[in-house]
Amino acid sequence: MTDNNIKARRKSRRGVLLRVCKYLFAHKWLLALAFFLMVTSNVLALVGPYLSGKALDAIELGTGSVDIDTVIKYCILMAVVYIVSGVLSYLLAVLMVHISQKITYSMRKELFDHLTELPVGYFDTHQTGDTVSHISYDIDTVNASLSNDLLQICASIITVVGSFVMMVKISPVLLSVFLFTVPVSIIFTRYKTIHIRPYFRRRSAKLGELNGYAEEMLSGQKAIRAYGREDVITGRFDGKNGEACDAYYDADYHGAVIGPAVNFINNLSISFITMLGGILYMLTLIMGASLHPMLRVALSDVGTFVQYSRKFAGPINEFANILSEIQSATSAAERVFNLMDEAPEPLDAEDAVVLSDVQGKVDIDHVYFGYVPGKTIIKDFNLNCKPGSTIAIVGPTGAGKTTVINLLMRFYDIDRGAIYVDGNEIRQVTRDSLRLSYTMVLQETWLFCGTVYENIAYGRIGATREEVIAAAKAARIHSYIETLPDGYNTVLSDDGVNISKGQKQLLTIARAMLSDSPMLILDEATSNVDSRTEILIGEAMNELMKGRTCFVIAHRLSTIQNADRILVIRNGNIEEQGTHDELMKAKGFYASLYNAQFE
Amino acid sequence: MSAYAFVCFVWIWRIAVSFIWKYLKPYSFIMSIGMLIKIAGSVVELALPYILSHIIDNVVPMCKSTDDVYMIVIWGIVMVVCSVLAFWWNVLANRMASKVARDAARQIRHDLFDATMHLSASKTDEFTIPSLESRLTSDTYNIHQFLGMMQRLGVRAPILLVGGLAISLTLDPMLTLVMASIMPFIGVTVWLVSKKGIPLYKESQKAGDSMVRVVREDSQGIRVIKALSKKDYEKERYDRVNRQLVTVEKKAAVTMAATNPIINIFLNIGIVLVILVGAFRVDSGLSQAGKIIAFISYFTLISNAMLAITRIFVMYSKGAASASRISEVIETSRELAEENLRRENAARARGEKSEESGKAHIVFDNVCFSYNGSAQNLENISFSLRRGESLGIIGATGSGKSTLIKLLMRMYDCGSGKIYIDGRDVRCFDESELSSMFGSAMQNDFVYADTIEENIKFGRDISHEDVVRAAKIAQAEEYIEKFDDKYEHHVTSKGTNISGGQKQRLLIARAVANNPEILILDDSSSALDYKTDSNLRRAIKENMNGVTSIIVAQRVSSVMYCDLILVLDEGKVIGSGKHDYLMENCEVYRQISDSQLGGALID
Repeated sequence: MTDNNIKARRKSRRGVLLRVCKYLFAHKWLLALAFFLMVTSNVLALVGPYLSGKALDAIELGTGSVDIDTVIKYCILMAVVYIVSGVLSYLLAVLMVHISQKITYSMRKELFDHLTELPVGYFDTHQTGDTVSHISYDIDTVNASLSNDLLQICASIITVVGSFVMMVKISPVLLSVFLFTVPVSIIFTRYKTIHIRPYFRRRSAKLGELNGYAEEMLSGQKAIRAYGREDVITGRFDGKNGEACDAYYDADYHGAVIGPAVNFINNLSISFITMLGGILYMLTLIMGASLHPMLRVALSDVGTFVQYSRKFAGPINEFANILSEIQSATSAAERVFNLMDEAPEPLDAEDAVVLSDVQGKVDIDHVYFGYVPGKTIIKDFNLNCKPGSTIAIVGPTGAGKTTVINLLMRFYDIDRGAIYVDGNEIRQVTRDSLRLSYTMVLQETWLFCGTVYENIAYGRIGATREEVIAAAKAARIHSYIETLPDGYNTVLSDDGVNISKGQKQLLTIARAMLSDSPMLILDEATSNVDSRTEILIGEAMNELMKGRTCFVIAHRLSTIQNADRILVIRNGNIEEQGTHDELMKAKGFYASLYNAQFE
Repeated sequence: MSAYAFVCFVWIWRIAVSFIWKYLKPYSFIMSIGMLIKIAGSVVELALPYILSHIIDNVVPMCKSTDDVYMIVIWGIVMVVCSVLAFWWNVLANRMASKVARDAARQIRHDLFDATMHLSASKTDEFTIPSLESRLTSDTYNIHQFLGMMQRLGVRAPILLVGGLAISLTLDPMLTLVMASIMPFIGVTVWLVSKKGIPLYKESQKAGDSMVRVVREDSQGIRVIKALSKKDYEKERYDRVNRQLVTVEKKAAVTMAATNPIINIFLNIGIVLVILVGAFRVDSGLSQAGKIIAFISYFTLISNAMLAITRIFVMYSKGAASASRISEVIETSRELAEENLRRENAARARGEKSEESGKAHIVFDNVCFSYNGSAQNLENISFSLRRGESLGIIGATGSGKSTLIKLLMRMYDCGSGKIYIDGRDVRCFDESELSSMFGSAMQNDFVYADTIEENIKFGRDISHEDVVRAAKIAQAEEYIEKFDDKYEHHVTSKGTNISGGQKQRLLIARAVANNPEILILDDSSSALDYKTDSNLRRAIKENMNGVTSIIVAQRVSSVMYCDLILVLDEGKVIGSGKHDYLMENCEVYRQISDSQLGGALID
């Protein structure tokens, strides 16, 4: 990576952090309260060992004479301090949950609201799974980090600084042990993490390979069984399995040092502190007042010092972990913000009119369009349709039949030319009124998790129950709905009632029946449907087409032959257009397609 | 916890323990050695606070002059030596544990993969592929991790706990009692909080699922939403699930957040009590100050061990769940193999030959079948086919075309009726004997990341000449020759770097490569253009003399020249005969044929 790249990434990382801070800043007073709670509870937790030292001081060595009153006094103090600190830390945790849930809520809301504003093109080019993972997993990661890491860093700093201060107070001389062990610890963990990183990388790479292989072979399990190749494939799997296990072991072999090493360094510190503390204590006992005050150590000091030293070393070892968590949270935040920055559908023109009383006259005038800039697929497309006429769109799979629909509905904007509805240029009318003047039935039926009734009524705001039932009847699905356990109140969900593809299609037709728009967009494809249902769907579609201007991705011969105009699509472009007879006479692509099946 | 849940819980644990033990048994010797080393390592670590108190209570008071410093230094060095030994032995034991974990995990993974490969189609459906996938990937990974952690932490933490308690007993039994009295409180806290918290987490998971569902639905239905101008409605709908999720998550988090502060309070109160009781005991001459200091050290050690044990418990539950999920598959596969053997023997006992069907190659005799036991997927299918004849099957999706093929290949066993090949009941064949008779290319069949040659060979012992011959018949040679590296060309997983038509021809080449007796093409030429499709049919006819072929298709043109055509609708044969006969006598066949006049223009 070049220097510039690194700089740019650092800069973007800083930008991400700033934006995250904006969310935090919205709750600045609560955060200030949280900060106050955290400082208090951590300082109190540090005072604990100090008080226990004081209590221990009251138990004098050897003599058996104990100042019981003082011990009791300090013990009560300790108990109070610990309980208060505990309660405060619970309050703090609750407060942080509160804040982080508020932020999570508003981040999710903002992201979702933005999603609904995005152009259709975004969803055509991005996988649903990615979008879902941004709104769930990524946002969760960011907030887990906000609520945990932020606190933990502050708490760690307070603990380290506090323990340090306490240790200095007890004995600066004993502290010198850390001059040795802390740098050793830091250097060791740094060296080790760098040293073992390749092993861990190899381990996850090999594991990924193995999992990929297992998934691939599982997907072909039926074929493998059909050919009786189970043992050969298992043999190959074993090879990969061995590699993955060995890589795991290699990483473990080197990683096995870290835990014990951290413990070792802690133990070493304690050993040295004990040794040094013992010597100083002995000197204090023997030399008494003549010993330099700096070197004087009480018995309890050694114990308290050991307690603080454990607190002191803890966060330093944790630091590397937190750092990597923050790193993954920043990249998650970056992904979330990238999605928030996707350009939404441009606003309607300021003087846009609301289409009303549409007759259904559509004119397409010298239109050029391409999905990718510079790659024009539709060139000089012209078409005039009278109200009530039917336009059939035909062509091989993948030729781009839906492009025409995308342009009519303004899911995508054309590059050049113009489209008129009743003489209004569609970029000069509001998107909502344009889209509502069409009824649309697509091949991929879209039903949401809700009742049958809700799914049909989705077609028009304020539809009455009678209208919904009438629509279902017109769509030939009413009698089927009646057979469902809860009739119209049956909930359609992934794991609930199993309704067939054909019935789903009929439901979406019923939804479309509710709308009284003068224009219709229809995909006739009824593949994967049994012949009985196919007949029903055909009838329902005919019903739907009555009296509307129809744009039909046509599959039925009757639709094609009766259409006022046939658009033949090939490689994205409109290759030919005309009536069936005209096109057959022209002996072009349409005629060759039509004749191919008789050969 | 209800009694039922408790029984389930115990059951899973028992399965998990016996399952894991089966795989660890071969390593019990090396594991015991590793454990001994681990125990030794933990013991020396436990010695540290003991020495600390020894120095303060006994050594220092003995030092009468500065010359006696050496005594402290010697004990200090003993501490350092203990630290070094603890380090060394822990590393050694960890490494041994990793080795055992590696070998056991490898075996488990092998057995699981082998089992999944041998699962019958109906069992695979029951488990579902995604579930098997997660068992093979994340569950085996969990087990591997668990096997290592269990040997490392699982030994260390209990030793630290027990050892710590033991040493503290020798230091001062009374104080140990004080300390131990705290433990039940912590146990109860953890139990209460998780009892309340776990259902809350489940609930929040459910709320999370419905939040995700709305996003998923809306991403997929964006066109409908925009067409109907339902943006605000959807925002509202999302806001509801978002609010719901936040509420539940908050409740769960607030509940769980209580754990740490409460445990800390208890632990610290424990220290206070130890000091207080200790002071009284020192006062009455029953104990010494140094012991109390050591005690506090042990207290931290023991409470850390306690926390580690709760962590192990959580980990163990995860490991146990994974183990039982894995063992379920392995057991099913084993039972299946036994069941198969039984059935084969039973079928043989009934007599495998059928006199009247002796002359035909393939006979279906009144076959019925149902996937789930209730709805019939195939009903009363009967036909017979002589060697070298061809059968065409046509009908809508879901009409039972592929099911018929699966029964013939014995991916499922038919419910009633019988299927004969060469007059022998298919259930009497040995599995490998049966599979070597077929060459099959299925719809959306399996292409995997490897060379073209290997994809055609598919792990079978087939010469390069035969591969080339097969490619020629399948009309695949023409495009394979265009690759720079020809048959060595690498295909990506699922064949994403070749076109649908190329993929289908590759699969057909695989099917014909081993000169099968029965060739099955299940909707395997749908992506070919009409010309290539007819070339393919001609090549098969010319080169595969005497091979009985079965062609499943949606296109009439693919089956119209077959010796026998079956028209299926909802599992029943509604027409059978040759093309001309069906055109006259079968309404549905004629409808399909007619509708495809339009279909040719589209797909």
